[in-house]
Amino acid sequence: MQKSASAVDTKYLFKRNNTWWVKVAVPRSLRKALGYDLRRSLHTHDIEAAREARWAAVEALRSKIDEVRANGSEDVANAKRGAQLVDQHIVEIVSDSGEGAQKCGQILGLVSGKMGNGVWTVEIIPAEIQPPARERQGASGIRVRMGSKKVTNMGNEADMVVAFNEQVLYSRIDNRAYKQGTVVLLENMWAEDPEERIRKQYREAVADFRAQGLVVHELPIQEECLKVVPDPRKGKNMFVLGMLCAIYHRDVDTAKGEIAKTFRRKSDKVISVNHELFDAGYAFAREHLDYEFELPADPEDRLESAVVINGNTAVGLGVMAAGIEMVAMYPITPATSASHYLADDFHLTGGFVHQAEDEIAAIGFAIGASYAGKTACTITSGPGMALKTEMIGLAVMAEIPLVIVDVQRGGPATGLPTKIEQGDLLASLYGSPGDSPKIVIAATTISECFHFVVMARKLAESFRTPVILLTDANLATGVQPIERPEVTDEWFAPPIDQSAWDRDIAPYNWDETTGLSPRPIPGMRDGEYILTGLAHNQNSKIAYDSASNQEGMNMRSRKLATLSGTLKPPEIHGDATGDLLIVGWGSTLGAIEEAVDLAREQGKNVSSVHLRFLSPMEPGLKEIFSGFKKVMTIEINYSDDPGSPLTNGDNRRYSQLANVLRAHTLMDIDCWSKVPGHPLQPGAIGKVIDSRLAEIEGAK
Amino acid sequence: MFGLKGDWSLEVKDRYFTLEDYCGAEPRWCTGCGDHGILAAVHRVCRDAQVKPEKTVAVSGIGCSSRLPHYMNTYGFHGLHGRALPVACGIKSRRPDLDVWVATGDGDCFSIGAAHWVHAMRYNMDMTLLVFDNGIYGLTKKQTSPTTPIDVPTNTHPSGALLPPLNPLTVTLGVTNISFVAQIVDWNAPLRHEVIKKAHEHKGTSFVRIIQRCPVYVEAIGKALQDEPAKMRLLTHEKGVQVDDNVKRLFPNHGEHDPSDLPAALAIAADESVLPLGILYHNPDAPRYDLMSSVGLDMSVDEKLAGINKALDGFAI
Repeated sequence: MQKSASAVDTKYLFKRNNTWWVKVAVPRSLRKALGYDLRRSLHTHDIEAAREARWAAVEALRSKIDEVRANGSEDVANAKRGAQLVDQHIVEIVSDSGEGAQKCGQILGLVSGKMGNGVWTVEIIPAEIQPPARERQGASGIRVRMGSKKVTNMGNEADMVVAFNEQVLYSRIDNRAYKQGTVVLLENMWAEDPEERIRKQYREAVADFRAQGLVVHELPIQEECLKVVPDPRKGKNMFVLGMLCAIYHRDVDTAKGEIAKTFRRKSDKVISVNHELFDAGYAFAREHLDYEFELPADPEDRLESAVVINGNTAVGLGVMAAGIEMVAMYPITPATSASHYLADDFHLTGGFVHQAEDEIAAIGFAIGASYAGKTACTITSGPGMALKTEMIGLAVMAEIPLVIVDVQRGGPATGLPTKIEQGDLLASLYGSPGDSPKIVIAATTISECFHFVVMARKLAESFRTPVILLTDANLATGVQPIERPEVTDEWFAPPIDQSAWDRDIAPYNWDETTGLSPRPIPGMRDGEYILTGLAHNQNSKIAYDSASNQEGMNMRSRKLATLSGTLKPPEIHGDATGDLLIVGWGSTLGAIEEAVDLAREQGKNVSSVHLRFLSPMEPGLKEIFSGFKKVMTIEINYSDDPGSPLTNGDNRRYSQLANVLRAHTLMDIDCWSKVPGHPLQPGAIGKVIDSRLAEIEGAK
Repeated sequence: MFGLKGDWSLEVKDRYFTLEDYCGAEPRWCTGCGDHGILAAVHRVCRDAQVKPEKTVAVSGIGCSSRLPHYMNTYGFHGLHGRALPVACGIKSRRPDLDVWVATGDGDCFSIGAAHWVHAMRYNMDMTLLVFDNGIYGLTKKQTSPTTPIDVPTNTHPSGALLPPLNPLTVTLGVTNISFVAQIVDWNAPLRHEVIKKAHEHKGTSFVRIIQRCPVYVEAIGKALQDEPAKMRLLTHEKGVQVDDNVKRLFPNHGEHDPSDLPAALAIAADESVLPLGILYHNPDAPRYDLMSSVGLDMSVDEKLAGINKALDGFAI
């Protein structure tokens, strides 16, 4: 039955919070340039008025489409709209906790990755779940660095920031996240807050920001969102995502797909509301903001086949690709999300996540599974490592293969739960009573978070020892596109061997040269032995005599020498000789190399080396170091600043890798390290390079 | 008997195990220590069940009790103080085919390992947990344990233990999802054998607290009970322990207790005027975590490869 024309005639019209708008679909071929559709508010709630006004609006929007089509190419269209071509951009989104800034940035990063851009994200996470609103300490957010080429670190100061209130922005200013000219897109609802105190704070802050050289735009984000949802606290982030996708010319389909994926466990209604918010943000930015950036992906840097993941997901995927069957864990920030991921997908490879009653039980459980011939892993962070120390010693002593992933955070004690530090190196190397030689490796990239789990599993079994894999909070939450690994069944742990054991072979039938020995697995007939954490002989019999104790120690240590003999010296980034060599480890790789590259472009004689194996140490270091006038480590952990009160050559405490390298090489290795709770920026490293080069120059 | 079952049918096995097949090194426990009898019972129960020695794993922590694995000719894991249970649970988690025993003590289980005790009871993985409770730290030479009776002098409390002892039975019975709780004394061989056998047969975590004599440090604890059998109460039931009259005669104080009755078991455990012996609680149907943790064991390499690729697809560009 046909209704009367007047009742249904809403062609081109849609209503949002009592205001009529016009919407014109964009032809598929132009969607890259213009988005899905073009919209314009008719500024009326009256349907009759809207019907009348719509034709002019539709006409205007259509001519805009025609204009773009006539110009024939996206680039021209962009130029017309003032899009600026950039090869990289850093944007931050900061909000109170719970407003979804991170989700917004994660999707922006994912979309950019999927468009072929280089991406690096860094999350800004308060330690509390619900810290008080509008306070600096409660700032929650994310930085997204996007580039035409591969991006390896967080970069220096941000180019743009969207802030949900002015106080959280202060927290980032305190962190020197911005520079003169950084564009601030600031929620303006606080200007009309019912509380005078808040209005005043806001007014003063805006003036202050401007005085500091920030380019502040006060935007009615809340007001615009209210047109779509009654409570924008949940959803404002998707409006902002829409804005940013308009500003950075991100692919709308991809973004909407990611939004749908994010809310896949919620109702379709939730997805469509978030899509609407996204569209509103997109339209708002197009209409009201002058900022548009074109950030093309460099085809040369484009990955053949990529996955976009963070370091903890990479660890989880690595666990699956290594054929590990069991992850035993206890919740601890920032490691837990690796287990969250596994809880979702581990069943795909037949694995199981055990949430233990505590950290000790978690590693004990993994040790039990591993002793019984099933490959197991435990994932934790600093305080958990401290609790696991005794068990790690047992695994060393009784030669039980085990992968231990330590996602480092700030210490000591509970320290900085959500923030990065490279503070667990010495504890990993030496943190057990007695001599407990074990393998310690550190991932430098998200890709290595994946591959090093596979390697660690293999090393653990080949060398019958625990392997500690160090990652950190920066890698854990940083999202990056990486080359999709081509998993082969050779990466998997071999199926459990249950053939009969040769009764004449001792359970620790140590090869005197390598220290290696094959391992009987429960279920193997004639392999029965009693594993013990006490000093034991090769028959695994308790043996307190001097000769047996010495022999066991020798054999366990010799395994590291054996592994060391198979390693290659590290590659030098830059020339093999020069004035200054920077030595780093872990997630600082990208920042150090970017700083070194810049310094080298400026003609400075600086190179860098980045270590993956910390125990055994990579070979050839002494020779490499002797090619430079000065060698120093740059790390994110504590060391005494040489200029600080009472610090002198006798008592200066060095950073952790420097400490190890000084002992290892007997060379005077300097260090620069800080504990800022955030990743090192290339700019800061550049300044260190300059100051050390000046010292070398001065010494001449 | 070789291959001959009770109903006179013949089951042909390729191997038959004698007691010797389960006996490891010569025990180094003190003369008169109750541990010797417990070990003998374990050997016998293994022999009677004909579990393959290579499929048997004895796990322990640290202490006199925890030397038990060394005296078994099976696989064994003599680990860290208090940590036998996490290791045992880990072993069982992916190896349902292994027969897991845990030997622990009052210090190892109720003190340093207390957290694991509570949680392992709740996990209810299929294993037999024997707590050798002598009421003292023996290996470290006479320190107060959680179950040292009040006023008993020790090297850490020379004037006598300060607090009333922990009641391990009420604690264990208070844990959600427990499935088997029993108590015995080391010196009554028939009861000891019967309860450990039942514990071993039970599918789930069987908690057996064994009042065990330490003649070197706290002889009085065991002696008091031996001298005055009325201080103990033997619980029998068709669903629990059934012993012949010879055994019952040794326990003037005995009576029926239905082990499926948890409130009754709690009441018995809470009455500290008399020491209950036998099976206090048994629920064969409690959920078992080992059945959950061992999912996916039969997955083929190809399935795993497909699985990881599916996982990667979720992040693919």
